[in-house]
Amino acid sequence: MKTDITLTVNGDAVREAVEPRTSLADLLRDNLQLTGTHLGCEMGACGACLVMLDGAPVHACLVLAVQASGHKVETIEGLNESGLIKDLQERFHDRNALQCGFCTNGMLMSAQALLSENPMPSRPEIREALSGNYCRCTGYESIVDAISATAKMRSGQTGEVS
Amino acid sequence: MKSPAFEYIRAESVAGAMSAYAEAGDDVVYLAGGHSVVPSLALRLQAPALMIDLSEIAALSGISFQDGWLRIGAMTRHVQAINDPLIAAQAPLFAAAAPFVAHPAIRNRGTLGGSLAHADPASEFPAAAVAMRVELEIASPKGTRRVPADEFFLDIYETAIEPGEILLAIHVPGPVAGQVIGFDEITRRQGDYAMVGAAVQAVAKDGILQDISIALFSVGTRPTRAVAAQAALMGRVIDDASIADAKAALGDDLDPPDDLQFPATMRLHLARVLLGRILANLEAVA
Amino acid sequence: MIPSKNHIGQSHRRKNALRHLAGRGRFVTDLALPRMVHAAFVRSPMAKGNIVELDVSEAAVASGVVRVFTAETLNHSCVPWTGTLDHFAGMQSGAQNMLASSEVLWVGHPVVMILAHSRAEAEDACELVMLDIEDEDAVVDGDAALVKGTPLAAEGINSNMCFQTLLETPDLDDAFARAAHVVEGKFTFGRHTAVTLEPRAIVADFDPSTGQLDVHHGTQTPYQFQDVYARHFGLSEGRVRVIAPDIGGSFGMKLHVYHEEMAAVAASLMLGRPVRFVADRLESFVSDIHARDHRVTARMALDAEGGILAMDVDDMTQIGAFSSYPRTSVAEGNQVIRLMGAPYQMPDYRGRLSVVFQNKVQTSQYRAVGHPIACAVTEALVDRAAELLDLDPFEIRRRNLLADDAYPHVSATGYQFEKLSHQASLDKLHQMMGYEALRAEQTALRKQGIYRGIGIAPFVEITNPGASFYGVGGARISAQDGAVIRLTPAGDVHCAISVTEQGQGTETIIAQIVADQLGVTPDQVKVTTGDTDNTPSGGATWACRGAGIGGETALRAGRKLQMQILTLAGEILQADQQHLALASGAVVDKTTGQERITLAEIGRIATYRPDTLPKGSDNSLTAAQHFAPTGYPFDFTNGIQASHVEVDIETGVTRLLKHWVVEDCGRIINPLLVDEQIRGGVVQGLGPAVFEECLYDDMGQMTNASLADYLVPMAGEMPDIEIAHIETPTLDTILGAKGVGEAGTAAAGAAAMNAVNDALRPLGARISQTPMTPLRILTALGHV
Ligand SMILES: Cc1cc2nc3c(=O)[nH]c(=O)nc-3n(C[C@H](O)[C@H](O)[C@H](O)COP(=O)(O)OP(=O)(O)OC[C@H]3O[C@@H](n4cnc5c(N)ncnc54)[C@H](O)[C@@H]3O)c2cc1C
Ligand code: FES
Ligand code: FES
Repeated sequence: MKTDITLTVNGDAVREAVEPRTSLADLLRDNLQLTGTHLGCEMGACGACLVMLDGAPVHACLVLAVQASGHKVETIEGLNESGLIKDLQERFHDRNALQCGFCTNGMLMSAQALLSENPMPSRPEIREALSGNYCRCTGYESIVDAISATAKMRSGQTGEVS
Repeated sequence: MKSPAFEYIRAESVAGAMSAYAEAGDDVVYLAGGHSVVPSLALRLQAPALMIDLSEIAALSGISFQDGWLRIGAMTRHVQAINDPLIAAQAPLFAAAAPFVAHPAIRNRGTLGGSLAHADPASEFPAAAVAMRVELEIASPKGTRRVPADEFFLDIYETAIEPGEILLAIHVPGPVAGQVIGFDEITRRQGDYAMVGAAVQAVAKDGILQDISIALFSVGTRPTRAVAAQAALMGRVIDDASIADAKAALGDDLDPPDDLQFPATMRLHLARVLLGRILANLEAVA
Repeated sequence: MIPSKNHIGQSHRRKNALRHLAGRGRFVTDLALPRMVHAAFVRSPMAKGNIVELDVSEAAVASGVVRVFTAETLNHSCVPWTGTLDHFAGMQSGAQNMLASSEVLWVGHPVVMILAHSRAEAEDACELVMLDIEDEDAVVDGDAALVKGTPLAAEGINSNMCFQTLLETPDLDDAFARAAHVVEGKFTFGRHTAVTLEPRAIVADFDPSTGQLDVHHGTQTPYQFQDVYARHFGLSEGRVRVIAPDIGGSFGMKLHVYHEEMAAVAASLMLGRPVRFVADRLESFVSDIHARDHRVTARMALDAEGGILAMDVDDMTQIGAFSSYPRTSVAEGNQVIRLMGAPYQMPDYRGRLSVVFQNKVQTSQYRAVGHPIACAVTEALVDRAAELLDLDPFEIRRRNLLADDAYPHVSATGYQFEKLSHQASLDKLHQMMGYEALRAEQTALRKQGIYRGIGIAPFVEITNPGASFYGVGGARISAQDGAVIRLTPAGDVHCAISVTEQGQGTETIIAQIVADQLGVTPDQVKVTTGDTDNTPSGGATWACRGAGIGGETALRAGRKLQMQILTLAGEILQADQQHLALASGAVVDKTTGQERITLAEIGRIATYRPDTLPKGSDNSLTAAQHFAPTGYPFDFTNGIQASHVEVDIETGVTRLLKHWVVEDCGRIINPLLVDEQIRGGVVQGLGPAVFEECLYDDMGQMTNASLADYLVPMAGEMPDIEIAHIETPTLDTILGAKGVGEAGTAAAGAAAMNAVNDALRPLGARISQTPMTPLRILTALGHV
């Protein structure tokens, strides 16, 4: 019943035996205790489960763990430790761009992907990039502000939120 | 919302996938990006015994020219339709449609082939495929064949792909000089499946339409070619009068489903509004 | 000079946000305990019916299954619960238990509980249960439910009327007789639901060796559940511990008693091992409480100058097959009829309420209970009056809003307002939004066929409830809160408090308040919440009380500890404590500000060298304080919102362009957090105004019960929200904070509906139903 898989998670080589039906999200959360990846809908509609797969954000609830075999996965825990998104995290903190924090993982993933493709996004572009990320608490504006401020700081501007 | 149990094979070749399918019997589902299949498993709408993963078969990837046609491998991800210069040049309706399909992360995984094979009548790419008059290359154990888009989409979630067959590639005919396109949809939220959408491709010479191809989606059981509206426009300039005639003709083209949320009259109304807007924009670029 | 120590009023960032940003949240959904089993439920697929056959034998032996429970094997362990309260005279509801025994009463009603080693295996086994239900006629529509001869929605009730009430001033009829103008309307407010991103979650962990039940529960009210579990399962309260760690959103939805959570506790008690239930999103839609679902008929009487004389309102609200427990499902309607016309000088009023049973998911309290309905109806009528009298929407409100010096004031519905600031708020909004320019732009754009609209909506929000809300009706729901503050041996401060954190920033504001009392920085104050074993008992988070009641509790506890520290310091220093104060982490000379002894030194002496203290000194450095408001039965805040929209009159699609809020929540403890409460609240008000609706067909099936089909508000469609404040502190407390959690939700939908109608006005169309879908707008415009 179980299939052996090998993949890289946050730089570590991982070998696991999983049922093919196991989602990547369940593998990360249940087998690897990487609980920073959240589940809000298990059908691709909320964005709480985003992880980087080979460098691009994907829904861990819609990728089977067996499909990730041979690939590189990065979760919020890994991104956090890498220091790569430190500035983004700080702007989220400054701007209080999270309340309960359940959506935050996905927001950071979408934001990081957006900024790597489009270093100076407009507010509508930021909102569009977040179109698959549900947040019940914040009303989104503070998240848009935080991403916008990060973009400005990365490109050498002040990042003051106007 | 946990999926039922199944076996899994990652196929390495098209032939390998088809023979694994044949061996296993009928209870098999091919897996591409998985973004339609996996949610349906989570909802326990299907329970295959075996999933055969096509996504790492090299022959299903790649975008290249072949005899003046653009060959787009079935596993091409939605995001490539946005970024790839060849698609932008020769399959502009795919490029125009892609930003409307779901959300960024879904576009990183979902495949063009998967979208066409899935044949959701509310999907963008199938309508773009019909409007561009693409041909779909399908492999069966007996050999491969090419099916024109107009004959490919049969019904809700039903295509010319027979059980066990694999969609290999999408072939897009070369562009004609003076060709312009229009693509738009009406949604309630960004990235939602459309209430109504339309893909239009036209060739004009001195302002006169030499060719026009219109496909609407979310108006019936499959992407729908607007034959009467096309006829109303052919050989004419795009102006208020021809647009009005095309909109009126949609009444002959469409027989939208009727339900409490979306009465048929609403879909027809929206289809007319949308087509009118797209044509008015074409007028501006033509 | 003593350095200023005003952390109250500053925009401190939330320390606990850092954990979430690092992916280190600790949610109940993350918890895995040894030997834990996972629950899944077989649910009724139909709205009403009789169970004629139930066979679980195949499921019981399925792979991974540990135990299967049915009503027969589970329900006996729990005392049934009934959602009625004494102060709602004459209300009725059937009693509820965990699993349906003979009759199923809504789509989603749990019938069988399956426990397995994984959730996937539990779901597999659910498919093996043979459940045969004989379909009965369901009660789907509230009006139909009241027609004679309609079957009853549930057992244990004598009609489908759960509760009725009437409020009336003696001169109501006279006011309408005298009126120069009467405007009226019929309104429909759809059902919607909370859709917290983290679904409901519980891990119940009973240890038979000690008799201890630990419940890790994603709830906003741990003490309430400690009491519920103890009473309904016959346990002593001391043996029940409820731990609410990080909670992924709550908004009122996570304080009700649910069948599945009770079943998880029951199963853990029987199995003696941890039982986990996490609602998946499909289950959430058919088991989390729904909200609103009102039909309102209303009219308003005005004099010739547009002065409001009276309102006459009839609200019919539909609540499902039972009234929810322990708060009931009638508080929403009760607040609807009491908040009508609240911002206005309105002498007369009549409000009728009918709360009706039907075979759907229960509705109950959700953020801004009743407020959005009362506000939308009132403000729609005010706008209709303005149109009739050809007055600007600002002008008619200026004529009618309570004057800022008219307090205290008692409303026609009996609410006592201590002091509000409606007129100042109105002026501030007018200026902030650049009203005149927007109107000019609106006129110009109409000529190009672009239809924009502006809508405004003043509101009153109920906060800081005392026992009159629930306690007087017999509910064991605490109206007070408690805090224990201690100075640690190293001179740091620890505060354990009963109010809870769901991300609104409770722990941060408590730290700010305590810091100011003790002359330390908020960083030096550690706050513990959400654990009945480690915090004093209290109401926790409901009806906007964290800042007003929790904050005051912390303030008073802090002052108590301050006195203890100063007394002890006086003894150590042989100084008159009158001349001492706390600042910068030390005891200082009150006049010169000079440091006399650090808090660390006091902590050290009191802890490690109490022998050196003068004889008879009390070395206690822990203070406990409980607080319940004793002045007004509850506080009121006020404010006003404005919405700017563009309606595509061909497609019916509404775009929200911008939103403004002027809010008076009394003393502002942390402006950053207050503004974010308002923004989040506004979006929770705009969602149901434009998108959110639980759709049911006429068989009682919910037809959009997934996150793909139920439309929540997303980033792309929500506007930027500009906020301004007026500060009118309550004099009932030292702190003066009134609360802000529900203000955004209260009036956002009302403002949006007025804006859409403003856009449609030149076309002679009008909409009186939420959500304002394209279909409804196209229908209003005559296109469909
Ligand atoms: C939240 C969400 C929102 C979405 N929104 C939209 C939207 O707005 N518009 C839209 O069009 N789509 C939308 N989608 C669907 C998404 O685009 C899908 O990914 C896509 O339609 C299917 O592609 P896939 O590669 O994921 O296919 P899969 O899910 O892997 O497969 C889909 C079907 O096609 C079959 N199949 C796939 N590839 C082949 C092949 N090469 N040969 C034979 N059979 C094959 C599979 O067996 C399966 O039956 C959404 C999905 C989600 C989860
Ligand atoms: S859990 Fe994956 S998108 Fe919601
Ligand atoms: S912060 Fe709670 S869902 Fe976004």
